Amino acid sequence: MLTEFGKIFIFISIAAIFVVISIFMAKLVRPSRPTNEKLKHYECGEEPVGTPWVKFNIRFYVIALIFLIFDVEVVLLFPWALGYQDYGWYGFAVGIIFLLVLALGMAYEWRKGDLEWERPRVVPPELSKILINVKGEKVTNKETTESKEA
Amino acid sequence: MQDFLIELIGNEILALVIASALPLAFIVPFVIIAVWLERKVSAHMQDRLGPMRVGWHGLLQTVADFFKLIQKEDITPSLVDKKLFNIAPVIVFIGSYAVFAALPFTSTYIGMSLDLGLLYIIAVSGIVVAGILMAGWASNNKYSLLGSMRSAAQIVSYEIPTAIVILSLVMFTGTLSLSEMTELQTAYFWNWNILGGAEWNLAKFLIIPFMLIAFIIFYVSSLAEVNRTPFDMPEAESELVGGYHTEYSGMKFAMFFLAEYANMFAVSAIASVIFFGGYHSPIGYLGDLFGIEALIPFEQLFWFASKGIFFVFVQMWLRWTLPRVRVDQLMTICWKYLIPFSIVNLIIIGIITLI
Repeated sequence: MLTEFGKIFIFISIAAIFVVISIFMAKLVRPSRPTNEKLKHYECGEEPVGTPWVKFNIRFYVIALIFLIFDVEVVLLFPWALGYQDYGWYGFAVGIIFLLVLALGMAYEWRKGDLEWERPRVVPPELSKILINVKGEKVTNKETTESKEA
Repeated sequence: MQDFLIELIGNEILALVIASALPLAFIVPFVIIAVWLERKVSAHMQDRLGPMRVGWHGLLQTVADFFKLIQKEDITPSLVDKKLFNIAPVIVFIGSYAVFAALPFTSTYIGMSLDLGLLYIIAVSGIVVAGILMAGWASNNKYSLLGSMRSAAQIVSYEIPTAIVILSLVMFTGTLSLSEMTELQTAYFWNWNILGGAEWNLAKFLIIPFMLIAFIIFYVSSLAEVNRTPFDMPEAESELVGGYHTEYSGMKFAMFFLAEYANMFAVSAIASVIFFGGYHSPIGYLGDLFGIEALIPFEQLFWFASKGIFFVFVQMWLRWTLPRVRVDQLMTICWKYLIPFSIVNLIIIGIITLI
């Protein structure tokens, strides 16, 4: 007899096989006529400028860190949620104290402003920069990506 | 169901493979109907007719679209990271299909009756994030990368309120298994968790408003988890073209689409299981009335599907009612409203279950 996790494995393999088979089936039917223009990556019809593989914003890292703390907290609280009623108010208080310590941590984050999604400063275009653009010289990449995220 | 198939076929592994493929036979027709419904709902809300030509009121439109998608050329741009680009749709679909393993469709069919059903669902829904990040990074496209980064931040943040609400439901019912949780809400609709569960005492009436708050928090964060409007930042077409699937075309794009709609049903089904009695009928069974035992599983499948599809319909409704929020507003809603409210709600539900 398979364990329940063995059944999950079968489920996951079925999903993978389904996707692979349907992409393969489509490959038999569809045309394939690549041209140079088709194979360019899309940037609203313009010539792509620079590489997108840049360092991305630190805000995502902070969000990921806070998420990690809370996710670990939730995983630790699941066994408590199943069993606290056997211990009455004492068991309840133990879990709540744990929760409140984390809430305190979150209040600290809040106060420090790490939960604020800072909006990028709007830099008004300067005449000198626009002139450089027209000449076709390299523009600093940083400002353009920042304004896109806004 | 599995035992029946094992007896019928004789080979355990083969029977389990067939049993695991059954949700697929549910998802594909569901997606075909849901895409049609989405177009019809949006059309009628904007005083249009929507697709009308293919079949009765355009019912076969999605089937025609499917055949069109099969014939479409699958362009893999020359500068993408080919391995990750090809693996990403597989991983996204695995993430959404694995959730279906723990959903109790009827009292006789559940993919795997793990006692940890809810924890398992929270865990595997995280796989989708990895697939989306892969797709965005591999595409070598600025829109894709921005879309996938936003999507990852959004799904990851909104997982916390979802998990805390599920935690408070676990405290209330005392079980992590989805089928057990459904069995606790048996018989009529006043036994549903949103109306305070099956036990008639003071706690049942005290808990109803907090259950409503829990449901609202759960629904809002599940909307964000499946990237639906008003939280469709990752694929905001007016600013990011197509988000993480900008570079995908043909069948690979269809797989992303399929996974997205499957996910929509999955979160709606989870909401219906933990709050609205899952596969149980709100008004009793016809099978009981006529004394036909064999009718009951089909009725249960009907109720499960219709509750799920109703919440999917509400998702579509919200899409054409609310405007999209900004990224900073999105994070504010999650971290400054939903999480503190869900923690307070959890404490109150804990106190009520103890008195």
